[in-house]
Amino acid sequence: MEVTDALQQFATRMGDNTLILGHRVSEWCGHAPVLEEDIALANTALDLIGQTQFWLGLAAEIQDEGKSADDIAFLRDVWDFRNLLLLELPNDDFGRTLMRQFLFDAWQSIHLPRLALSSDPRVAAIAEKASKEVAYHVERSADTVVGLGDGSAESHKRMQAALDYLWPYVGEIFDTDEVDDVLSEAGIVTHPSSLKGEYYALIERVLTKATLSIPEDPFAHKGGRSGFRHTEHLGHILVEMQWLQRAYPGSKW
Amino acid sequence: MSKEWPLWEVFIRGQHGMSHRHVGSLHAADAEMALKNARDVYTRRNEGVSMWVVESSNITASAPSDKGPLYEPSNSKIYRHPTFFDIPDEVGAM
Repeated sequence: MEVTDALQQFATRMGDNTLILGHRVSEWCGHAPVLEEDIALANTALDLIGQTQFWLGLAAEIQDEGKSADDIAFLRDVWDFRNLLLLELPNDDFGRTLMRQFLFDAWQSIHLPRLALSSDPRVAAIAEKASKEVAYHVERSADTVVGLGDGSAESHKRMQAALDYLWPYVGEIFDTDEVDDVLSEAGIVTHPSSLKGEYYALIERVLTKATLSIPEDPFAHKGGRSGFRHTEHLGHILVEMQWLQRAYPGSKW
Repeated sequence: MSKEWPLWEVFIRGQHGMSHRHVGSLHAADAEMALKNARDVYTRRNEGVSMWVVESSNITASAPSDKGPLYEPSNSKIYRHPTFFDIPDEVGAM
């Protein structure tokens, strides 16, 4: 595999992660349990969509077919998306939304500072900017997971249920392939497998503080990152996200 | 015990050298969370370089009905305003 093909795939994966999670988080706009959380979630969603513009912009630039980040976001179908399955799962309650946010923020908070040292200046610049946003995201989501996990009997029960439900989707972060091998060989990315220990140590520390038990079953769903098989939920997101561009191609506001 | 989070008053300093100003209030479970919420609710448009939060119940306020005894006596004492001095231009804003 050529380095440029691998980098295009990598940028698509990064951008699809933040695009799909950004869209999911934005679904809370106007619906969060309190005003403060509503605005905080909207801010997070906007940060994620901002990161998407950079990653998918880079993917489009490498692809060199005259497409924009918007074209990539709005004119592909399910089988072309490369986001983690974790991020396309429905929000369910506020607890599950924040648990998923924490599990992803924790990964980003470890991954992005390494990417900021990339030998590719474009990757380094995007990661540098995004890592500042993510440092705040993970602080906030970790605090909320601890607050709710170690909160009332009801909030503890919901957070444990959220963790049990989401846990089988965490392992996909480390379901690496040739793309990761080629790019880490070229010094463009840090291989995810080398960050695995750090990631699990971080989430274990927070989840223990939150008085939650980490499930023991190591089973991990796969297929989002590779594009092999998404969940049924991704198509539903795309319908809502893309319908305007599909119905009125090229429309702007 | 009330199930509502307590109310906090938020003060933000817009630039170095300026004082913190009251910008509004919000609900939060504790001081740390109040700071985070203040960041998300009140600094979205690059408003601040520093934030203070204080639980509203810790503020002691004067009663509006006392405004006569509190403030009216100073109305007639214009000599307390330092308006009789010429400020040199070099001093700039005071």
